[in-house]
Amino acid sequence: MGSKLSIAFLALVVLTTAAQAQDKAQGKNSDIIARGEYLARAGDCTACHTAPEGRLFAGGRAMPTPFGTLYTSNITPDTDTGIGKWSADDFYKTMHSGRFPDGGLIYPAMPFASYTKVTRADSDAIYAYLRAIAPVSQKNKPHELRFPYDNRQLILGWRTLFFSEGEFKPDPKKSAEWNRGAYLVEGLGHCGMCHSPINALGGTSQSDAFKGGLIPMQNWYAPSLTSNREAGLGDWSIKDITDLLQTGVSMRGVVYGPMAEVVHNSLQYLNDEDTRAMAVYLKGIAEPSPPPPASSTLPTTESSLLISLGKTVYDKHCASCHGTQGEGKPPHWPPLANNQSIEMQSAVNPIRMVLNGGYPPGTKGNPMPYGMPPFAGLLSDNEIAAVVSYIRTAWGNRGTPVSAREANELRSAPLN
Amino acid sequence: MFARTAASVAVIITLAAIDGAAAQTANQPPDTMAARVEACTPCHGNKGEGTSDVYFPRLAGKPAGYLYNQLLAFRSGRRKYPPMNYLLEFLPDPYLEAMAEYFAGEHPPLPQPAPSEVSKEVLAQGELLATSGDASRSIPACVSCHGPALAGMQPGIPGLLGLRAAYISAQLGAWRYGTRTAKSPDCMQLVAGHLTEADVTAVAAWLATRPAPANPAPVPKGTYALPFGCGSQPN
Repeated sequence: MGSKLSIAFLALVVLTTAAQAQDKAQGKNSDIIARGEYLARAGDCTACHTAPEGRLFAGGRAMPTPFGTLYTSNITPDTDTGIGKWSADDFYKTMHSGRFPDGGLIYPAMPFASYTKVTRADSDAIYAYLRAIAPVSQKNKPHELRFPYDNRQLILGWRTLFFSEGEFKPDPKKSAEWNRGAYLVEGLGHCGMCHSPINALGGTSQSDAFKGGLIPMQNWYAPSLTSNREAGLGDWSIKDITDLLQTGVSMRGVVYGPMAEVVHNSLQYLNDEDTRAMAVYLKGIAEPSPPPPASSTLPTTESSLLISLGKTVYDKHCASCHGTQGEGKPPHWPPLANNQSIEMQSAVNPIRMVLNGGYPPGTKGNPMPYGMPPFAGLLSDNEIAAVVSYIRTAWGNRGTPVSAREANELRSAPLN
Repeated sequence: MFARTAASVAVIITLAAIDGAAAQTANQPPDTMAARVEACTPCHGNKGEGTSDVYFPRLAGKPAGYLYNQLLAFRSGRRKYPPMNYLLEFLPDPYLEAMAEYFAGEHPPLPQPAPSEVSKEVLAQGELLATSGDASRSIPACVSCHGPALAGMQPGIPGLLGLRAAYISAQLGAWRYGTRTAKSPDCMQLVAGHLTEADVTAVAAWLATRPAPANPAPVPKGTYALPFGCGSQPN
């Protein structure tokens, strides 16, 4: 009797231990998947690999480029149409080297020049997550690139010029926090895809990293992250930076356009530590810049006429929200005085904001954002140029006036 | 004495707190939907009553479910109008719902109908189609879904009054050519597919001449049965 009991007891112990071990293994696995999901958010994979009204990560989103239209690929675990046959090695190599498992070259619209910096462990976590999502059977759409860009061998030239393979190397002279921020910004965050100038060959040279540029096909200006005259965050507080990244609004400025997408799909999901690390790094790379050249291409008389008309337009249409002194009511109604994005050399963004208005992204931290009305239908080219010239030069702002022609050209800028 | 001092300190602290709160509010936009949807007003009017531009529709008083469906369709790009697609792209569902509720709850008076530019015969043809349809061509009457008073039905069927002929005919055209679509079964596309260009002109013209009914509010869900299934108006 006694021995039977103890056998039963032993069996129970064995069973329990086995179950615990299994739980533990499953728990570990689900931890990796959750981590992979978090990292996939940090990499903003969904922005490109999910089509509007499409299934998650089933691809098929059209990506217009100066060389033709690319269609993003299905990265669900479907065996025939997705990446179901890929191993963790295949996935890492693709992210790291920009080549498909069969060696085929990937168009650099996929930010592998940034993803190459991602560690093997993080790549494996993203892979585990992508294995765990619902497989979707959806064939990839062939790209529609113009001759000669439809020849993938050309990518070899691009790679030689602009691609250097290799995981992120921490800078031992900097803090762990700075390095974490650098890893996220330069790696998964692929911020350089927009914030580094792109040359005619569709590439960015290392020395121009984060120096800003017009985003091809979208006609938004992605400001420099290194110049305090643009989006350099050198004189921003860490809190203002983290607010901007996490909620889309801050006491210094608000994100619209392509950056609203990034906050909406990616940055709002990052935890406080990672957001802070990015802020520390971004603040750190901002270099004090020389004072702006106060030169304008417009004749002085034309400028002063524009600016005087601009004040009239401003007082009538803008001052009720942005204040008579451009002070705004931050964070929701952004200040225009001492606002780098208003003053910077490229006037594309302020002109577009006046023409098209915009909403910051709806985020956990700011679920019901206030919107800027579009004025394209209410104001003439001349009035748009006037009011933008006014806000760029009033209240101590050090921007330059803009012409009606510049305003007119942006009326046809693509909106989506 | 101590108690009185403590009490007055408490009062001062409270006053300071109220002051702080007031200052905070003064430096912030009003915490209202009206302030949040100002981006909509240059085209749709302060209360969604519409503007002088005939292609921008009145929003006020339409059923919230209908407005919400349109916001979702503009956000995803299913309904194409780049300025709208752009504005809504990164706004979450609950916020779009709140916007829809806001405009559904506004009731500025309907505008006086504009005098029509089409002939009496065309108007009569429009009236016939709108009120009786044309069974021989499988065209149901507008009133069979949009209601006898053309005020729509909760939650998904819009009223057709207070809109200009140019807007209505542009939308019917978009349904006909398949550039405007809705959830399946896409009842409006089925109907519009049977319309000729002349039908569209006539119906749009007649609808735009209708005076405001005594009660312009959409009728409650289920007030009448629809002649066929409609993805935008689930049973």
